[in-house]
Amino acid sequence: MLQTRVDAYPTHRIGGFPVRAGRPLPFGARPVPGGVNFSVYSTHATAMTLVLFRRGEAAPVAELPFPSSFRRGAVFAMTVFGLEEAGLDLETLEYGYRADGPFRPREGHRFDPGAILLDPYATLVGGREEWGAPHDPVYPYRARIALDDFDWEDDRPPGVAPEDTVVYELHVRGFTRHPSSGVQAPGTFAGLAERLPYLARLGVTCVELMPVFEFDELDNPRGLLNYWGYNPVGFFAPKASYAASGPYGMQVDEFKNLVKQAHRAGLEIVLDVVFNHTAEGDERGRAISFRGLDNSAYYMLTPDGHYYNFSGTGNTMNCNHPVVREFVLDCLRHWAAEFHVDGFRFDLAAILGRAPDGTVLANPPLLESLAHDPVLNHCKLIAEAWDAAGLYQVGSFPSYSRWSEWNGRYRDAVRRFVKGDLGTAGELAARMTGSTDLYGSRGPVASVNFVTSHDGFTLRDLVSYDRKHNELNGEDNRDGDSANHSWNCGHEGPTDDPGVLALRARQSRNALLLLLTSHGIPMLLAGDEMGRTQHGNNNAYCHDGPEWWLDWDLAEENADLVRFVRNAIAFRRAHPALRRREGAVGHPVTGDLPEVSWHGVRAWTPDWSPHSRLVAAMFYSGADGGHDCVYVAANSYWEGLVLELPAPPGGTAWHLFADTAAAPPHDACEPGREPPLADQARVPIGPRAVIVLVARDRPTEE
Amino acid sequence: MTFDATMRIDDGTAVVRLTGELDGRSAPTLNQLIADAVAAQVGRLVLLVHDVTYMSSAGIRCLVFAHQKLPRGAEIVLVGTRPEVAETIRLTGFDRSVVLQESVTKGPAEV
Repeated sequence: MLQTRVDAYPTHRIGGFPVRAGRPLPFGARPVPGGVNFSVYSTHATAMTLVLFRRGEAAPVAELPFPSSFRRGAVFAMTVFGLEEAGLDLETLEYGYRADGPFRPREGHRFDPGAILLDPYATLVGGREEWGAPHDPVYPYRARIALDDFDWEDDRPPGVAPEDTVVYELHVRGFTRHPSSGVQAPGTFAGLAERLPYLARLGVTCVELMPVFEFDELDNPRGLLNYWGYNPVGFFAPKASYAASGPYGMQVDEFKNLVKQAHRAGLEIVLDVVFNHTAEGDERGRAISFRGLDNSAYYMLTPDGHYYNFSGTGNTMNCNHPVVREFVLDCLRHWAAEFHVDGFRFDLAAILGRAPDGTVLANPPLLESLAHDPVLNHCKLIAEAWDAAGLYQVGSFPSYSRWSEWNGRYRDAVRRFVKGDLGTAGELAARMTGSTDLYGSRGPVASVNFVTSHDGFTLRDLVSYDRKHNELNGEDNRDGDSANHSWNCGHEGPTDDPGVLALRARQSRNALLLLLTSHGIPMLLAGDEMGRTQHGNNNAYCHDGPEWWLDWDLAEENADLVRFVRNAIAFRRAHPALRRREGAVGHPVTGDLPEVSWHGVRAWTPDWSPHSRLVAAMFYSGADGGHDCVYVAANSYWEGLVLELPAPPGGTAWHLFADTAAAPPHDACEPGREPPLADQARVPIGPRAVIVLVARDRPTEE
Repeated sequence: MTFDATMRIDDGTAVVRLTGELDGRSAPTLNQLIADAVAAQVGRLVLLVHDVTYMSSAGIRCLVFAHQKLPRGAEIVLVGTRPEVAETIRLTGFDRSVVLQESVTKGPAEV
């Protein structure tokens, strides 16, 4: 029956190929019976040409101008038959577009029929299989068609509740590229898949991948690289050089296999997505795709046609233009539906709430659409709630009860307290309890807590450097944030001084332990659990090499730190009092104890004065019919203290889970094996230390 | 080298001998044989690929096609795969669908 479909017959012959008017939707290139349907839109183009290539060849096989009768509205659509007769199949076909129209930059139009442009909807991009290879001068990013016949078997999303989530942020290439990773395909999706058991054993539940869309790693004016990849080109296509099977054009399959293996290990995959700008840059950049297809629709332009630069990188995507909004939605649906990813973290997400002229919208349609989209219904949505033009929306990002945020204020509060700044005790208390002062009824799960991320110092560098050292970035150390709230513990950079090293080890643990006992969603930066350094560079976006990749030998060298983190994550998992969906209140809800209570040198007597360097919290949950009670005390004073303890719930006694002042392995024990405190009335806390106690059944007298 | 594929079905096992280049153009031929084998309700599919000079992703996709068409528990054996193809099969996760062997008599190859 299908063979008799009339739409499988050509009506015209163009460029030597039998064709017929195509279907405008869906956009992109889709196999249809007997051929491929190509659909691309441009509001301002006057003419469009489909350019067909044989894979890897410099010159096109054919150029097929769209007749005006193949245009519906602003959409050019054509079904092309006879590819097989021309020796082309889905594996060997590459395609692009030439768009003709006005070149009037003052009006926002930059058409250039001399350029061959990548289809924004291309699901596979050819030509960039080798990391760092020079660009093909004719057509560097070549659109291809991915097949969706991957065998998912019975794959299901792990569906980890937000309050149970622990995020681990990593760079796909950097995570396994170092020879010490020992994987068969270093620096690839397959290499990461080999290392999933390590992450599962560490106890994290969610792997957040720094950008994996096809991006331009050569985009750096200083002869370095753009290693991080916050400059996308192909939004629907996984980066080819991140796939060991890229030369086979199987990056889609390799990425899908990574997701499938992650899900089997109980791990979620969240993508760091960049919709605020593209690799096309400003007026000086080259047209790769959007600029040549419909510049004034895709980019935010000043009244005289210049690029707005809210992203700090040259251009700004016009996210609340209805056409771009649909593009963003289609893209995310593609990753959720085709690749089974579990969520997205939006780079500089505040830009997604700006109108085409840059004004900040109270009710941004894109953010609302994302929050309520049926395909994205199960996805975690995480905003980096600021942009590079001064819009800072931590706590005020339009959330529609769906969005979480990177909590920059959490990061700064923990850093400043741990470093010993005065006037930070009250702020730390608010951050430890899910920042409900910022997020209110959205609850602690609106807050993604972190002390370090890819953007800034690693944890080891946070305790080893007072100042950033970005000289190698080629901008005379002017780039990167200067407000790091870091402290070198007595010596700038590497040292053999055992006193300094011991203090750094303790300060690292203080930050990690506060992070993993705070309400909210904790996020770890890859390698911080094993003491990774970037040599004081706090903006290492441009560096690729063994010095910058994760050195897995550190996991042995700093095995005590890895064990500390693993135990702290396991402790979090064991204690619902730390994993709250709703904010803790200061009075009893179930049971006799308040959900959170504050203490000091004397129990029930916190010191919120500006000179206070002590915060002590007791978290209590009476859910599920049992008691769960955890006491966390943080002392940033340079001398030890003795803390009077509140009484634990009836029938229980205080046990010591962690003490960052104790030598390993007593810095954090295995959850469930905490030793009881001999003195139940008071506990010593060391200088610059964090201790964590847990109320467990009284030890039986023997 | 032109592509050729012959199939023999015997006692619930289909043995397909392939020669030449298995790519996007020749893959439909193999897929048709796989469909025939499925129709014959075989429980085991053996692909002899010693004489395959080149296998592209379309060839690897035939394995997925077979895995999804054959009943659950059916075995797919690939005999004589070139190392670089075996590596790609492994990296993309298709090794969970097939058994890779060096020869008909030997056990599973190291991949």
